[in-house]
Amino acid sequence: MSATTTTTQLTKSSAGTPGAGPGSRPAGGVPAGEGRIGLRANLRHIGALVRRNALQIKQDPESMFDVVLMPIIFVLLFVYVFGGAIAGKGNNDDYVNYVVPGLMAMMGMNIAMAVGTGINDDFKKGVMDRFRTMPIARSSVLIAKIVVEVGRMLIASAILLGMGFLLGMEIKTSVLDLLAAVGLSMVFGASLMWIFILLGLAMKTAQAVQGMAMIVLMPLQFGSSIFAPPTSMPGWLETFTDYNPLSNLADAARAMINGTPVGDSVWMTLGWALLITAVTAPLAVAKFRRKT
Amino acid sequence: MTRSAHNAVEVRGLVKHYGETKALDGVDLDVREGTVLGVLGPNGAGKTTLVRCLSTLIVPDAGTATVAGHDVVRQPRQLRRTIGLTGQYASVDEKLSGWENLYMIGRLLDLSRKDARRRADEMLERFSLTEAAKRPVMNYSGGMRRRLDLAASMIGQPAVLYLDEPTTGLDPRTRNEVWDEVQRMVSEGVTVLLTTQYMEEAEQLASELTVIDRGKVIAQGKVDELKARVGGRTLKIRPVDPADLPAMSGALRESGLDGIAGSTVVPDEGVLYVPILSDEQLTAVVGLLGARGYGIAHIGTHLPSLDEVFLAITGEKTSVSGSASDALPEEVAA
Repeated sequence: MSATTTTTQLTKSSAGTPGAGPGSRPAGGVPAGEGRIGLRANLRHIGALVRRNALQIKQDPESMFDVVLMPIIFVLLFVYVFGGAIAGKGNNDDYVNYVVPGLMAMMGMNIAMAVGTGINDDFKKGVMDRFRTMPIARSSVLIAKIVVEVGRMLIASAILLGMGFLLGMEIKTSVLDLLAAVGLSMVFGASLMWIFILLGLAMKTAQAVQGMAMIVLMPLQFGSSIFAPPTSMPGWLETFTDYNPLSNLADAARAMINGTPVGDSVWMTLGWALLITAVTAPLAVAKFRRKT
Repeated sequence: MTRSAHNAVEVRGLVKHYGETKALDGVDLDVREGTVLGVLGPNGAGKTTLVRCLSTLIVPDAGTATVAGHDVVRQPRQLRRTIGLTGQYASVDEKLSGWENLYMIGRLLDLSRKDARRRADEMLERFSLTEAAKRPVMNYSGGMRRRLDLAASMIGQPAVLYLDEPTTGLDPRTRNEVWDEVQRMVSEGVTVLLTTQYMEEAEQLASELTVIDRGKVIAQGKVDELKARVGGRTLKIRPVDPADLPAMSGALRESGLDGIAGSTVVPDEGVLYVPILSDEQLTAVVGLLGARGYGIAHIGTHLPSLDEVFLAITGEKTSVSGSASDALPEEVAA
């Protein structure tokens, strides 16, 4: 073949071929000749991908161990091992009410972290190539993942609260307030997932993702009001915890369950969730699109 | 190569660099509608990069490519509606069953639940996977996975199908199964771009060939033409007396029996390689050497390996000036 053909000729000749080839397929919700994917089609795609993730869990029930065991271990560990030391011997009941709402925030973060390693693994498999060569919005693959992970978080929260009740936790407000607290931690957890998806896409191996995630996680988790009131910390650390989104979430959930003043903790948490999503979600989708 | 509105795939000057590595270094090719183009090249030649560019997985650095009239860079969404891709690694979900994989793909292609169900059943039947329909793919054999992968690519009835080394790592029997399936799809009008490392596979499936190496097209043409240039088969002749080798080669050249590429003497091995295109030519070569009184100790034939194809093409490029893809008949006439 000679290299003399110019691009203009090429585009002309190809424009002669109608957009829909012999294999054009029924495109529900997609106007003919338009590449954009409509909302209904998008929801259908997300649904099909959520089903995929759910079926994976069915095939591999061990992947639910973290969701089932983590909350049980967390509650036992913190209430019995640290509870006495932090709240004073015999005050375990008070500490349960203090720590369980906080643990809800911490668990969300741990589950969100697993999304990063999961997406990194997923990418090593050919099926991602198939999704990315199909006429679906590439974000739908990521959104489906988040939907399933939020479902896992809900299960973990239910087990966590169940454990809390077993150890003497009381709702001092109403069930609705409790549900609002759970909802808030879901919203925040979902926003965290975008960070870890971004990490999962950016880093080469799942181990690297895990290592990186731990570095981010540790200071946020322990430099927060989750386990102990920040008033016992040095001033600079207290300032850090005041702005730590995990503290905000823990404070909000605690206030909603214990009926203490909420302050600005709910707004701070929602603000963080919005900010994190607004920054990392577009970056993650862009990274996903460009990933080779 | 003829250029017409009936090219399903048109690639011009496609370039993709990874740092210093030029994975694609200005590739031009066409695939006519309803035909199979074989892209032949060794590992690292740029075959997979080419397929990934054409399936919108990566964006080329320069050049243009259109598939079914859609530009890979400017119209990726429309383009994705017309293609199917079966890669080197099965692009199906291992944890799902065969049926669940196909159903999911049907739904992602906007089929109704009912149609997606029907199509999944149909495809499993067609690719002889009905029995394994409910089993997780991780328990499938290599051949079954590849067949499921083909089925997955065919759910949306693509106009253009990319097969990236579809039989690499398969045993010969399974390979034949995959070939049969590909031939069937082509008979139904699908345009196929096939990459392969195997000359035999290209011969089986493709009508036209593009040979690439280090990101460049080094030869292009109909399979028969290329075979003529590199020798469809090679005759390996070991004379009783190695000293006869040059004279034998000369005799063949004089009588025009040594093919287009000419015979090759390898003194170290004490053999003469003669590219042949037909059984008649084989008979004629042996007859001629016998009539001239050269004693022959051993004769064998073999299909050229990819290495030999490369050797023939790159060797030829030094002697024949100009584009390597110039039409062949000219040279025959000369």
